[in-house]
Amino acid sequence: MANDPIHQFQIQKLFPIEVGGMDFSFTNSSLFMVATVAAASAFLIFSTSGRGLVPTRMQSISEMAYEFVAGMLRSSAGTEGMRFFPMVFSLFMFVLVANLFGMFPYFFTVTSHIIVTFALSMLVILTVTIYGFMRHGMKFLGLFVPAGVPGALIPIVAPIEVISFLSRPVSLSVRLFANMLAGHITLKVFAGFIVSLSAMGAVGIFGAILPLGMTVALTALEFLVAFLQAYVFTVLTCMYLNDAIHPSH
Amino acid sequence: MASQTHSTTEGTHEVIEVPPGEHGAGFPPFDSSTFASQILWLAITFGLFYWIMKNVAVPRIAGILEDRKDRIAGDLAEANRLKQETDAAIAAYEQALAEARNKAHGIAHDTRAKLKAENEARREKAETELAEKLAAAETHIAGIKTEALSQIGDIAGETTTALVEVLMGKAPTKTDLTKALKSAMN
Repeated sequence: MANDPIHQFQIQKLFPIEVGGMDFSFTNSSLFMVATVAAASAFLIFSTSGRGLVPTRMQSISEMAYEFVAGMLRSSAGTEGMRFFPMVFSLFMFVLVANLFGMFPYFFTVTSHIIVTFALSMLVILTVTIYGFMRHGMKFLGLFVPAGVPGALIPIVAPIEVISFLSRPVSLSVRLFANMLAGHITLKVFAGFIVSLSAMGAVGIFGAILPLGMTVALTALEFLVAFLQAYVFTVLTCMYLNDAIHPSH
Repeated sequence: MASQTHSTTEGTHEVIEVPPGEHGAGFPPFDSSTFASQILWLAITFGLFYWIMKNVAVPRIAGILEDRKDRIAGDLAEANRLKQETDAAIAAYEQALAEARNKAHGIAHDTRAKLKAENEARREKAETELAEKLAAAETHIAGIKTEALSQIGDIAGETTTALVEVLMGKAPTKTDLTKALKSAMN
């Protein structure tokens, strides 16, 4: 249905696959994950294939992306954090390209599904937790006891810190998911207004100018959000990784 | 059993997706029946992406940036080295120039001193010679003068004899003459 703003999030099976009663079908979501990975990898690899000392335009885009993420990671997690660089860079590029792909009409937005964003944030949190315990052992639990807190307050502060730690994957995933979802719904709703209004004759067509302008503005905003959410996701990832590397704060 | 129910709902699902307004499964992002598939495909695609990034893209971009950094650092070092060489060359040139100037100064000074000394010597020699000649001339003059003076007596005597002879008609005697001359000339 053209005017249903939810329709764009519908999962459609392209190649049904079922293993042991579980549905692992290749869906439109999977297709766009493949497209995201293919586009991002192809861009990064082909743009840098010249290995130019003086970069071409495309190569400098790849270099900027690299240095952008590297700067982010280094400033929040230090040089030691650079060991996680491939993961953080992959997350940034994946989320960014998936978000931008969602801006094409009739394209599916991979990051508008909570399960995808939740899986990505669980990847981050599990990396933080596992690396934190591997590196610091039980001292990693010092993360929940902020320095300089009087002993009497620790029983109160520690549970709060634990809850905040546990809510991280939720907030991380919901933030990205909700932004993409809400933005696309809003766009669709306003675009729908144009269609319904212009069906109402001359006055309607005149009235449709307002939602049209709104749609244009929202599209610009959505491009910003697409980038911004990828950035926010990556920045928070860097900060959580910093906790894993330096648990006492 | 599970697979059976699943496949049937799946079948109906695909059918009811086409007619509008009937999304039986509700809000798609919260439809848990699609979770397994999404997680699996996310794991596959993101895993692949991570592998590509880790093994191809990131090392390549890092290599490019590293090469550039090294190249710039190398060029700067080379420029610095060349600058130092230039500075050294300029310093050497200036030193040579200063030495040459000092040398030229010295030569000029020496030459001047030498010429002055030579002139002095020549002048002194000429003066000595002149003085000698002067002395010789003076002696000569003195000799002539003495000679002349010595002859004055004779001439006076002869003149007096002639005068007396003319006046008196008779020449005076030698003794008288000498006596008279002596008294007149003293």
